Amino acid sequence: MKKLINAPESVLSDALAGVAAAHPELHVDTQARVITRAGGPSIGRVALISGGGSGHEPLHGGFVGTGMLHAACPGEVFTSPVPDQMLAAAQAVNGGAGVVFIVKNYTGDVMNFEMAADLAGDEGIEVATVLVDDDVAVKDSTWTAGRRGTGATVFVEKIAGALAEQGAPLSEVAETGRRVNAASRSFAVALTPCTTPAAGKPGFELAEDEMEVGVGIHGEPGRSREKLEPASAIVARSLDAIFADQPLAEGDEAIVMVNGLGGTPLIELYIAYADVAEYFAERGVRIARNLVGNYITSLEMAGVSLTVCKADEQMLALWDAPVNTPALRWGV
Amino acid sequence: MDIHLTRAWVQATATAMDQHKDHLTQLDSAIGDADHGVNMQRGFTAVVAALDGYEAAGVGDVLVKTGTTLISTVGGAAGPLYGTFFRTTGKQLSGPTADAEQLAAAFDAGLAGVQKLGAAVTGDKTMVDALVPALHAFGAAARAGESEAEAAEKAAAAAETGMQDTVPLQARKGRASYLGARSIGHQDPGATSTALIFRALAEVLKS
Repeated sequence: MKKLINAPESVLSDALAGVAAAHPELHVDTQARVITRAGGPSIGRVALISGGGSGHEPLHGGFVGTGMLHAACPGEVFTSPVPDQMLAAAQAVNGGAGVVFIVKNYTGDVMNFEMAADLAGDEGIEVATVLVDDDVAVKDSTWTAGRRGTGATVFVEKIAGALAEQGAPLSEVAETGRRVNAASRSFAVALTPCTTPAAGKPGFELAEDEMEVGVGIHGEPGRSREKLEPASAIVARSLDAIFADQPLAEGDEAIVMVNGLGGTPLIELYIAYADVAEYFAERGVRIARNLVGNYITSLEMAGVSLTVCKADEQMLALWDAPVNTPALRWGV
Repeated sequence: MDIHLTRAWVQATATAMDQHKDHLTQLDSAIGDADHGVNMQRGFTAVVAALDGYEAAGVGDVLVKTGTTLISTVGGAAGPLYGTFFRTTGKQLSGPTADAEQLAAAFDAGLAGVQKLGAAVTGDKTMVDALVPALHAFGAAARAGESEAEAAEKAAAAAETGMQDTVPLQARKGRASYLGARSIGHQDPGATSTALIFRALAEVLKS
């Protein structure tokens, strides 16, 4: 294992110290392991709280700020946070209008957020939960833990965050978050595995000429292992999987994210985006907004994930609303 | 079982998690996300620290403290699940001692808490595959009038059998479920840590 760390045990606390030093606009509680906006709670407004295992940066801490999250709760690398963190976050950012938990669908995350919601409820904080489960690689959800939450989390946090900023009530913010999730699908392909600092070796192995099709953000196996293909073929098979699950017709509009998994050069993501743009153009579906870059990563994994949200006018308007966070910033 | 033995059980579990950290992580990297060993070790180390100097009035207090500390420190699915098991079990035991039948009833409440939270049943390739046979064996021995030590030994053996029986199963819960048929042939890390917990109980009660 070759990593820019001090010690495997101190990865999270060392990284949080760095976030605190780099971003005076954020408040980092290194004891409670909660990142909030430095300005304190927004009185009378709904607060969005998300969290999950670390190693997916900029998710979630990089999305704390005006127009997006109020708080992020980072767990250990690839391990969900504990209920105490979400409770501390809810206490810190509740402005009296309730909080929305944005939870990626993994067994551990769901349980810890559920316990936190109970604890927050006991303290009189109203909690609504939005479960994100957009990964179409998981087919048979009856016999699994269900679809995994991946790239759509960024869309949910941005769009619901904009609505909360406008002063919408808890139920409406949560419902909009659920609507964005329901309209979004993701699919990922890995070219290399990733290594958690605690494990010290790759979570899985891929030969030089192999790729994992339908990989999860922790390196969970996907649908199949195939021989490496050109970018255009990887994009086509990923979008085929997405469109098969949620068809987009001529005239539809979409928000599309081409996301690196941590180890993919930006030049390769643009190669992929060219193929994405062509795929959509051939079908007459307009890419109304796009993101190209690293937004939800898997440590140093190489590969790409594609997320497509079938967007309506309200979603696009909220997407365009000002956002000012370390990782997404426009309109400010 | 008294307060002293309960503390000894938790301490022995912490030692076992320490010793088996790499093995648990290795099992978890095959079908999960390679963090079970380090998470359990972190959790039980925190439990030992939390119990140091903690004034327990009853057996249950020690177990409730163990459970709440696990919930606060482990993360993943294991934190809430094991935390709930110890916490719910502890809540049933208010006295300074507990006999085999009281312990059996408390364990059953702990299992109910785990199954309510995780919704796993036997055969899903989870900790429940070790927990259910362990508690079944413990309860049967307790009802037959056997000692706690005998009941715990049978529970440990049953948990270990249950653990081994997870190898041919296809996972239907947790992260391993994404593997589908590829999860077959691997021993479940959660069932393995459960077996360690009951082996620790048997060792402590035997001595």
